Amino acid sequence: MSIMKRMSLIFRSKANTALDKAEDPRETLDYSYQRQLDLLTKVRRGVADVATSRKRVELQVNQLEQQATKLQGQAEKALGMDREDLAREALTRKSGLQQQIADLKTQHAQLQGEEEKLTLAQQRLQAKVESFRTRKETIKATYTAAEAQTKIGEAMSGIGEEMGDVGMAMQRAEDKTAAMQARAGAIDELLASGALDDASQPGGGDDISRELDAMSSTSDVEAELARMKGLSAPEQPAAIEGQPAGGDILAEEPQSQTQARPAGEQS
Amino acid sequence: MIVRILGEGQYDVADESLDELNRLDSAVEAAVDADDDAAFAPALGALLDGVRSVGTAHDVDSLDPSDLILPPADASIAEVRELLTDEGLIPG
Repeated sequence: MSIMKRMSLIFRSKANTALDKAEDPRETLDYSYQRQLDLLTKVRRGVADVATSRKRVELQVNQLEQQATKLQGQAEKALGMDREDLAREALTRKSGLQQQIADLKTQHAQLQGEEEKLTLAQQRLQAKVESFRTRKETIKATYTAAEAQTKIGEAMSGIGEEMGDVGMAMQRAEDKTAAMQARAGAIDELLASGALDDASQPGGGDDISRELDAMSSTSDVEAELARMKGLSAPEQPAAIEGQPAGGDILAEEPQSQTQARPAGEQS
Repeated sequence: MIVRILGEGQYDVADESLDELNRLDSAVEAAVDADDDAAFAPALGALLDGVRSVGTAHDVDSLDPSDLILPPADASIAEVRELLTDEGLIPG
């Protein structure tokens, strides 16, 4: 039973040395209780911090989704104006945003998991701290310092282990949250600067994965273009029918413009 | 006996179940010794599932220390190694 045994021994010895501080064992009880309350406060703050990060990611997802909707609208508009190049550009940017959104949603799920774990840890610690307080008062009232020693030892080792466990859960949550905070900060900056219109990924992968990403975005774009062409094709005659008078005159100018522009861009 | 899964809480486990848990523990140890990430996660998962299925939740407000302590379900080999050294278990 080596892993389990080794870990238990090490964990317990650390828990004991961390708590065994005061001269009078009954003072140790009060000292330990204070530490427990401190830890409980820290855990509550930890839960709040993770919740804040989670909400921040939620907000970012909303903003990016709005941006994607806007690009979708622009693409439809561009296609309506017979500017397939612009529509393609908008859809390419939208496809980049959608990758960011998917990443953020993964992060959101992770943060939610950490939040739940920490909340449970907080509830467990709370129950044990309350139980310790009752036990502490009984010991202080009933036993002399010498007699109290054993009773205190029993109470302390149980709570020390719980504190070690909760402290570790908090450390893990903090580490995970810190990594996500850095990325969330980068996205906030992008959103603020308006640079998210540029679909380039911050720190995004090696050449091959970028090329693969590009291929999948391209096929996404092609598929969506095809779908939209199917959708918007029947609408065009209706739009023209809407303004029958003078249609000939109006039609001539835009047509010559749209023919001239792509030729100029390509050269 | 009482078994703690770190991050999860304590379980009461009957002594008769220990042989089975020992077997699962050996697989975890082998994976850690061999630094085999691919084998480690499922081995740890099986050990923890074993504890959860043979054990029952220990009273949440008891102050009983555990007889055995196990790493959290999402621990990596590196984290388990850290738990087995003298670094960073007890807060502040």
